[in-house]
Amino acid sequence: MLTKKFPGGVHPPAYKHLTRDLPIKSMPSPKKVVIPVLQHTGAPCSPLVKPQEKVKLGQKIAQADKLISSSIHASISGTVSRIEPFNHPVLGRYPAIFIEGDSSGDVEEKPKHLPSRELSADELRKLIQEAGIVGLGGAAFPAHVKLSPPREKPIDTLILNGAECEPYLTCDERLMRESPREILKGLEIIAKIINPQKIFIGIENNKKESIRIIEESVRQMGLRNIKILCLKTKYPQGGEKQLIKAMLNREVPSGGLPFDIGCLVHNVGTALAIYEAVYEGKPLYERIITVAGGAIKRPANLKVRIGALISDIVEFCGGFIEEPQKIIIGGPMMGLAQFSLDVPILKGTSGILFLTEDELNLEEGGPCIRCGRCIEVCPVKIMPAQLALAAEKERWDIARDLDPLDCIECGACSYICPTRRDLVHLIKLAKLATAKTTKQNG
Amino acid sequence: MDRLIVSSSPHIKAKDSCSRIMWAVVAALIPTGVAGVFIFGLSALKVITVSVLTALLTEGIIQKLRRKKLTTLDGSALITGILLAYNLSPDVPLWLPAAGAFFAIAIGKQAFGGLGYNIFNPALAGRAFLLASWPTHMTRWSNPRWQVDALTTATPLAILKEKLPQNVPSYWQLLMGERGGCIGEVCILAILAGALFLLCKGYIRWHTPFTFVFTAGLSSWVFMGEGLFKGDWLFFILTGGLFLGAFFMATDYVTTPLTKKGQIIFGIGCGVLTFLIRKFGGYPEGVSYSILIMNAATPIIDRYTKTRKLGLVKH
Repeated sequence: MLTKKFPGGVHPPAYKHLTRDLPIKSMPSPKKVVIPVLQHTGAPCSPLVKPQEKVKLGQKIAQADKLISSSIHASISGTVSRIEPFNHPVLGRYPAIFIEGDSSGDVEEKPKHLPSRELSADELRKLIQEAGIVGLGGAAFPAHVKLSPPREKPIDTLILNGAECEPYLTCDERLMRESPREILKGLEIIAKIINPQKIFIGIENNKKESIRIIEESVRQMGLRNIKILCLKTKYPQGGEKQLIKAMLNREVPSGGLPFDIGCLVHNVGTALAIYEAVYEGKPLYERIITVAGGAIKRPANLKVRIGALISDIVEFCGGFIEEPQKIIIGGPMMGLAQFSLDVPILKGTSGILFLTEDELNLEEGGPCIRCGRCIEVCPVKIMPAQLALAAEKERWDIARDLDPLDCIECGACSYICPTRRDLVHLIKLAKLATAKTTKQNG
Repeated sequence: MDRLIVSSSPHIKAKDSCSRIMWAVVAALIPTGVAGVFIFGLSALKVITVSVLTALLTEGIIQKLRRKKLTTLDGSALITGILLAYNLSPDVPLWLPAAGAFFAIAIGKQAFGGLGYNIFNPALAGRAFLLASWPTHMTRWSNPRWQVDALTTATPLAILKEKLPQNVPSYWQLLMGERGGCIGEVCILAILAGALFLLCKGYIRWHTPFTFVFTAGLSSWVFMGEGLFKGDWLFFILTGGLFLGAFFMATDYVTTPLTKKGQIIFGIGCGVLTFLIRKFGGYPEGVSYSILIMNAATPIIDRYTKTRKLGLVKH
């Protein structure tokens, strides 16, 4: 099969062998969960419950008031103990709903629903919105918004993203191997809503088994309109814009979104969540994460409740065999380093890594030697070296002209830099400064 | 769990570090040095040693004075020391490489802010300084040690330019280094061996050296003969310091353009300038000045060779 690729990119060691053959295990529901009222890209939700109120598993506990927002559901049955700010893996501290589990066990509150073929596109969209589904690939963009493209920009191509290019992470790979039919049914629902002409599934060629299983299921289910494309294993292949470039050779315009060029990309995990919402009436209160890294005793692919704390997961995975130097939510390239174990799992959390000193590179950054490697690997083809130099000197006027806002923060430049410069960090500063001046100038 | 490190992503880094690349360049320069010592004898080794030691010492002392982190052994000062020596005749008095290496590091590199900030290739800056200050020492050459005639000779380019009554060496002799010249420029074969290693490792790109040599060869073929398209291009590219310059000095990261497009422009510029200096200039050789001039043009080349960002739509 011909493999598809995008310009630029890097080849970090994959570390996927550590977890790729570990079947997904369900972690028992924790005694306590902490559910932040903002877990997605967009506006926060307003709580629907009060302290001391009893809640059931799957009950909506926070309501999305704005369009770009997504409702949040209880991930265990129990009592709301308090609503107050708590550690948030992305935002530092943020208001959260604390639920203490009770002995009644998980009693699920299932809404009535109809089989998908009898539902209209609008009804399906509503169902997905009610189930609180967001993009599970990492950015956590509300799914129903993506499924409502503007009328003047029809979607002709639907892409299911099974690239999973971040090192260590294997949760999407496991999903494709364990639930291919459910994923494909989820994909069919998406297709029914947006009615595209073409449907592609993109999988990196280091996941041969996933490709085989998905292909087989596609054949068995008689889905002739779905085409599977094999992607070259290269980071960041799973980035939306890189995926579209590699698969269709189309470029998302700078500052635009995939629907500007008639594309819609959804992650395999999201497709599964959509399937579960539509066929089983299950809101998004749990997800699959990869737990890995040299410090954890038993690496795993786990199905965990949203709001479970990292400390619970560490306990379930047998604790540490050595003290981790860094705890990362997400993958090692784009994930966020955490300062505590008391941090909850969010809808967008794809993994937790407990990295040891050997796995990290803690060398101090040096001066730029202008080797040009960052420019070569940059998947959006901006010039990280010069952008970072401008940011270092706080010359925001120069930085602005070097397109910092196009940066997708994939980290390829920092990864490849021989003098270990914190290029992404500097570019983020330039982004902030540029966004500010653009706002000021109207 | 109170000692967790919190820093910006990414959390993993590629293996190739700055000093790893620099030391690879040092390794790639070794065959050329061995050939130089073999051809010219121990005097060449002395020149290399003095140049390298002075470069390292100067770098260390200045970093100490500037209260900067000591990075003397990251390989970069070592490369400067080696390259400067390679650009000298084996017969120079030993204070000459010392003065040159001091100038290269102190003025050529550290005065601009150290590694990464210098505009000119430090080794070439050192050489230019020596050539301006002590021209007689810089233009006295000796033959390979097994050739019995005269201790002093001229480089093949000078023989041609000044129409000296000596035989010019054959292409084979030029390739193997059997001729008068600088320590590191004579044995093309050794230079190419080192360059091939760096190209295979991906530590240098082909864009500058190939366009440099190609442009120089092409322009000499067209204009250096009696009548158009009759120039001896092979002689032209095999003589002087063209290969040493193209593969080891025009590929210096710091002082050359960032993008491939820029590097091609840089190479073409070097080739044309080398030809112009050799044909019309006062010196028989023009490689080092052509690189220095293009070093000065690098910021402006960078400005006009920005990458085309993804998703750039025409309005």
